[in-house]
Amino acid sequence: MSLYVDKITLNNFINFEQTQKLMTQEQLIPLILNKDDRAFTIMYDMYSKSLFAVISNLVKETDEAEDVLQEVFVKIWKNIESYNDSKGRLYTWMLNIARNTAIDKLRSKGYNNSQKNLSSDNFVHLLDDSNKLINRIDTIGIQEFVKKLKPKCIQLIELLFFQGYTQQEASDELEIPLGTVKTQNRNCINDLRTYLQV
Amino acid sequence: MNTQEYIESGNLELYVYGLLNENETKEISELAKINPAVSQEIISIEKAILNLSSSFSPNISAENFEKIKAKLELKHGKVVDMKPKSNRAQYLGWAASIALLVGIGYQYTQLNSTSQQLNTIETEKSNLQKSVVELELKSKETATALNVIRDEKNTIVNLAGQTVAPTSFAKIYWNKETSTVYVDAKGLPVPPEGKVYQIWSLKLSPTLTPTSIGLLEDFKGNNEKLFAVSGTSDAEAFGITLEPAGGSKTPTMEQLYTLGKV
Repeated sequence: MSLYVDKITLNNFINFEQTQKLMTQEQLIPLILNKDDRAFTIMYDMYSKSLFAVISNLVKETDEAEDVLQEVFVKIWKNIESYNDSKGRLYTWMLNIARNTAIDKLRSKGYNNSQKNLSSDNFVHLLDDSNKLINRIDTIGIQEFVKKLKPKCIQLIELLFFQGYTQQEASDELEIPLGTVKTQNRNCINDLRTYLQV
Repeated sequence: MNTQEYIESGNLELYVYGLLNENETKEISELAKINPAVSQEIISIEKAILNLSSSFSPNISAENFEKIKAKLELKHGKVVDMKPKSNRAQYLGWAASIALLVGIGYQYTQLNSTSQQLNTIETEKSNLQKSVVELELKSKETATALNVIRDEKNTIVNLAGQTVAPTSFAKIYWNKETSTVYVDAKGLPVPPEGKVYQIWSLKLSPTLTPTSIGLLEDFKGNNEKLFAVSGTSDAEAFGITLEPAGGSKTPTMEQLYTLGKV
């Protein structure tokens, strides 16, 4: 069974890489609006892993995280007409839906935003426990690279990107000046881009 | 803020993260449309963070994708949305099959009525053929009758009406060479039911000896009333009597209709 999953995952990853190269959001959006059958598959291949990482980072339990991911894609598909590019990138729009749906899920279970804590519990450890054996060989490089990023970078990306903190919240949490939050974050992303060559 | 300052500000990262408010987002979206450098920067940031986050995604079960598709098909999303299309196609399909059925039905009816017509025509044709054959036969009969009557070698014997039927008459056409005898019975009344005319050839001397040479069967059905009977070679007179159906061995003299000497 795990062999089977492995293969699927690898294929998905390869598809992801290919569609990333082949499709821009400008090409994808008309397909989604047409409810083209391929469009859902392409969209899923392009964005599901990123969104699932964000969701899983908030909703720790795997089955629940998958339920949220399903809910998110249903919302995306259902509400795609309400998206337009003045709302930002399609990916950003999806990201907000994913974060909000995951937070709603946490609230429905009695969690509270203020209870979130940093500790060692951030996105870098998403793969540490149950998923270790089936880590995709293709992504080991970037995982190792990110782990070597400055701890501040990991914390900033965790709070701003994964949890959707405002600059003020991040500034308070990390005890850094408000004015440096976005520039520090930019420097972290620039390191990443250098590594990825994007 | 010039382009480079915009890019260096760190706002574009927050834009991709989805952390800017509505107005800030709209402003950058508009700028990206007209400024390729900003647009390219945004796309690169997106690639980086999308790649990073995707790399840390726990494994998603293989069923997850199918579950979403199933949900979309059941509730909202593409299948429901595609229904108008597929419905149109479905209606079109139904309409086409109904049209086809109607067409086939119509063709079948047409075929039936055509084959009925064909049958009728066949019947008419065979009736006509029968008529033709009958006409040919009749015409042949008539021709034969004419030939018989016109034959120069005929001896024509006029039979005059007798006591029971004074107004009746008949003619015998007797060809002595071929020994054929024809009776022209046009002058005889139609025989009553169960009766038949019987033709006799008579020898007068030394004694009156009648010999039956035939019956005028189917008197009504013979339009020309010209009957062929058995031949004779030595008749001296001919007589016609009315006899019970099937004829008699000897003539019933009380019912002698016509009589004539050769």
